[in-house]
Amino acid sequence: MNGLTEIRWHGRGGQGAKTAALLLADVAFSIGKYVQGFPEYGPERMGAPITAYDRISDTKIRVHSNIYEPDFVVVVDDTLLHSVDVTKGLKKEGAILINTEKDKEELIPLLKGYEGGVYTINAREVCMKTLGKYFPNTPMLAAIVNISKVMEKEVFLKEMEESLKHKFAKKPEVLEGNMKALQLAFEEVR
Amino acid sequence: MAIKERMSGNEAVAYAMKQINPDVMPAFPITPSTELPQFVASYIANGEMDTEFIPVESEHSAMSAAIGAEAAGARTMTATSSAGMALMWEMLYVAASNRLPIALALVNRALSGPLNINCEHSDSMGARDAGWIQIYAEDNQEAYDNFVQAYRIAEHKDVMLPIMICQDGFIISHGVENIELLEDEKVKAFVGEYNPAHFLLNEKETMAVGPYAVTSYGMESKRAHAQAMMNAKQVILDVAAEYEKISGRKYGFFEEYCLEDAEYAIVAIGSACGTAKDAIDALRAKGMKVGLLKVRVFRPFPGAEMAEALKNCKAIAIMDRCESYSANGGPLAAELSAALFKAKSQAEVLKIVYGLNGRDFTVADATKLYEDLADIAANGNHETEEYRYIGLRE
Repeated sequence: MNGLTEIRWHGRGGQGAKTAALLLADVAFSIGKYVQGFPEYGPERMGAPITAYDRISDTKIRVHSNIYEPDFVVVVDDTLLHSVDVTKGLKKEGAILINTEKDKEELIPLLKGYEGGVYTINAREVCMKTLGKYFPNTPMLAAIVNISKVMEKEVFLKEMEESLKHKFAKKPEVLEGNMKALQLAFEEVR
Repeated sequence: MAIKERMSGNEAVAYAMKQINPDVMPAFPITPSTELPQFVASYIANGEMDTEFIPVESEHSAMSAAIGAEAAGARTMTATSSAGMALMWEMLYVAASNRLPIALALVNRALSGPLNINCEHSDSMGARDAGWIQIYAEDNQEAYDNFVQAYRIAEHKDVMLPIMICQDGFIISHGVENIELLEDEKVKAFVGEYNPAHFLLNEKETMAVGPYAVTSYGMESKRAHAQAMMNAKQVILDVAAEYEKISGRKYGFFEEYCLEDAEYAIVAIGSACGTAKDAIDALRAKGMKVGLLKVRVFRPFPGAEMAEALKNCKAIAIMDRCESYSANGGPLAAELSAALFKAKSQAEVLKIVYGLNGRDFTVADATKLYEDLADIAANGNHETEEYRYIGLRE
């Protein structure tokens, strides 16, 4: 299939990985892409490992299975590196993005010899500086757009502003913080 | 101009419900149902629909209330899934035998046990003998399109049967994908007003609904019901042809994908068909003549038509996303095998059970299946495994 990007999200129930995957599908749709955003469902429990997926394509997507050989993997919680095989099937031309307060060098030994790109972001720091509360999915979204290049930064920020304006029509005060979080996250990817 | 959107299957069918704006919707509002009744309730609360929503205490009551409303003369719909459908069981038969054209949006999920919430067709397939029309979708677009067509089929004077519009649980119901919606006016004009010929609240014609049938009449009632199901075949095709004019999307009893010259075919229902199409394109590029028959209409069962479409195939895999415990494959395999027998098909047939409890069906699974079909056709070596599982852990 032409121009297909497949992304797998690993998070814990309640951290918003599913929401982030759906937001990414949303923003890709808004620039004219074909998209799929879907979580892998199990019993819903706060803190349990969850997986969500995105397909972003220039042509209609017909396949309806999970993603086994993703181009990119996003890990919303670095404690998952100990219990989940997050790099399983990850293409070596691709990359993994991990939300962590640790140094990248500390995490690399946990990635089972993954040869592709390894990126980290301290989403907590980004959130505390811009939103004053910890909502990791906003910075993670910007960071994966930066790494995957599924769209240009300016296009992404413009579309997100439109979408957040709509979403928070009754709470315009949160718009600025979210936009700052997205901006800062773009710069804070290591 | 069509409206380009992205939606989950649940949102897509709820949107069709909003556009149709039926009179009454009794529904159990929480699990085991999906978010679908919640979306409709939001539309009503926001003043975008004026359907009477009845949040009932069980699915048995949901179907009972739907029967009451529809018999009274109101266009009625409900929604459920999995165990919710199981609890409707008794009333499904009552709705159908009283010839009440209720539309039911069903999200196909497993029945217990083991306790599981994921995709399976066991809920609706278990109800295949209840006398309802059953239409299935590959994706959110088809779920939407099928629901817009539902009342035109169900309420047709030659049919007058309830209709189940099915979509794959989670894979479609909770997955967000692109979709093209029709404008409200187009949907409203297509569906039209409901003017039942006979209804309980008609003061000029007193009638009884659901009375006791003595032995000397009951069988005639069932034969008339069976006739209505036969009549539904032509109506389904006519409504689809009319729908194509407003949507540009073509529907029939089934979709044939690369089937015309196919030597090896998969027959399946639902979201697995899109996955099979990707496998087909890759295998066709290597010169392998493979194809797909995607079943859209399961009740009425278009057996002769399917057998005709498959007549040039050397080997056919018939896939069921549910188990019949017949020791002989699932319901689609059993019914289509009978139709192939009647058509004097010489094709090798594999009866496949797959995807139970949400087990994933992948492009690799479909590819392997086509390779197995080619092997069986060439060597005839399927022996004891005519009925088999795929995707099972070793």
